[in-house]
Amino acid sequence: MSDVSEAMDTRPGDRPGATFDVERVRADFPILNETVHGRPLVFLDSAASAQKPRQVIDTVRHVYEHEYANVHRGAYHLSERATALYEGARDKVRDFLNARDRKEIIFTSNVTEAINLVAKSWGRAFLEEGDEIIISEMEHHSNIVPWQMLRDEKGLTLKIAPVSDDGVFLLDDFKRLLTERTKLVAITHVSNVLGTITPAEEIVRLAHDAGAKVLFDGAQAVVHMPVDVQALDCDFYGFTGHKLYGPSGIGVLYGKAELLDAMPPFLGGGDMIRSVTFEKTTYAPLPAKFEAGTPPIVQAIGLGAAIDYVSALGLANIAAHERDLLTYATQRLASVEGLRLIGTAPDKAAVASFTMESAHPHDISTVIDRAGVAIRAGHHCAEPLMARLGLVATARASFGIYNRREDADVLVDALETVREIFG
Amino acid sequence: MFDELRELYQEVILDHGRNPRNFRHPEDATCTAHGNNPMCGDTLTVYLELDDDGVIRDAAFEGKGCAISVASASMMTELLKGRTAAEAKRLFDSFHGMCTEDDFDMAAAEDADPDALERLGVLAGVREFPVRVKCATLAWHTMSAAMAGETEVTTE
Repeated sequence: MSDVSEAMDTRPGDRPGATFDVERVRADFPILNETVHGRPLVFLDSAASAQKPRQVIDTVRHVYEHEYANVHRGAYHLSERATALYEGARDKVRDFLNARDRKEIIFTSNVTEAINLVAKSWGRAFLEEGDEIIISEMEHHSNIVPWQMLRDEKGLTLKIAPVSDDGVFLLDDFKRLLTERTKLVAITHVSNVLGTITPAEEIVRLAHDAGAKVLFDGAQAVVHMPVDVQALDCDFYGFTGHKLYGPSGIGVLYGKAELLDAMPPFLGGGDMIRSVTFEKTTYAPLPAKFEAGTPPIVQAIGLGAAIDYVSALGLANIAAHERDLLTYATQRLASVEGLRLIGTAPDKAAVASFTMESAHPHDISTVIDRAGVAIRAGHHCAEPLMARLGLVATARASFGIYNRREDADVLVDALETVREIFG
Repeated sequence: MFDELRELYQEVILDHGRNPRNFRHPEDATCTAHGNNPMCGDTLTVYLELDDDGVIRDAAFEGKGCAISVASASMMTELLKGRTAAEAKRLFDSFHGMCTEDDFDMAAAEDADPDALERLGVLAGVREFPVRVKCATLAWHTMSAAMAGETEVTTE
């Protein structure tokens, strides 16, 4: 265990005002040495999945090579070490979100499973026909489909909070949707398409005033800014490891202890039980109650390493670095003739969606890939938002801790090639 | 960088992409199907009018998509007119082979329909861009579904 934590101690620490050294960060990401079609990789698709720093890769490798066994089972040295690392990762997540208690941190496979857990457990147990759930127009499919399934199963009403044409969450319209039948508000904290940062505190206050619980999809938020679930006072918060520079296959559901305690289990199986007979099973206390079966052990530990990494850089420093990148990239993109930025909310994370007059996003992506630039093109698992904006697809450049202003320059140069081809 | 891109985005393709032919909804369509590519959100509807002898009298389409999918749909509608359903199916098979198989035997396929395949040859550049093959074939899958009486097709 000591070896793993030593690997984490190489960061300068979260010193207020410390300079964010992007070149030093880049040196930690081996994949940035790759070339694509003979060009240096310019990776602008972190919103889909982020690249991994050496510290995460080394931790995962180290655990498999030296500290791996199943957790919560063996009365032997390796299992105890693996269990300590796995549960240590939970403590890191607790710190990261500033949750009150470590038992409020449930490991899932991704944020999709976290949201489904709430829908299938809390939703099935506590919602009744006629109850209302509010989501927004800019949700990812993962925060739409579970609620539609629950709506159809229970006879609920799904209400949709609107966004403005430039991507601002319309708080007054949201307020008007709240009724005494509203039981849950499930909203993204940061839009994966528009970058919009939703007014989370106000959403919670208004929802709680109406007696509704609040769930945030934080997949895009925790990577860009500090998140404090106690300060937000939200009831559930989900995020995923692979967008936070950690492994895929690991996600987190935060839930207030009193809610999680009252909820029935989601999946049944090993590790989530206290005792089992053929007549009756009693369930383990939190958090084990919601972690049936062998969990993603090394992925959780890898997520812990990723949290150490971003925490050492400092989430506030990361936010400042990415704000600079977004401002610069937005200016550069705006100079491209025929380019239209999609999503220009004042409060925005480092995500730049755009369309071009002459070229479809898919063609844009193919062309600039030849310049080594990786962006996402498509509907971004947000088809209802595309329909709302009258689009079928956008091109999306998303920026992370390892991106520099030069990356935006390469992107813009490559977009000029798109214009040369398509006019 | 430019050569492969120029090979993919030939002037003919850009022209069909910008000014698609038969981009309309014919009232006398006898077969209609809706196709979509969930990866990129491309979506189009293919309309066919078959006569009693199984000959395609009219072919048209509507929809939104990338240059490749729109150009392919546009060229397809031009080529289908006057062909029987069976001929259209054979043409699709040859076109699909041309887009996906490195060792595609153009000469053998051309024996059946040399003019049509020569025209479609401008789309063969997608072979170097595997994720774009679905763009090139979306309209054709949709045409095939329409003639089989299916109304929805998805290229996964």
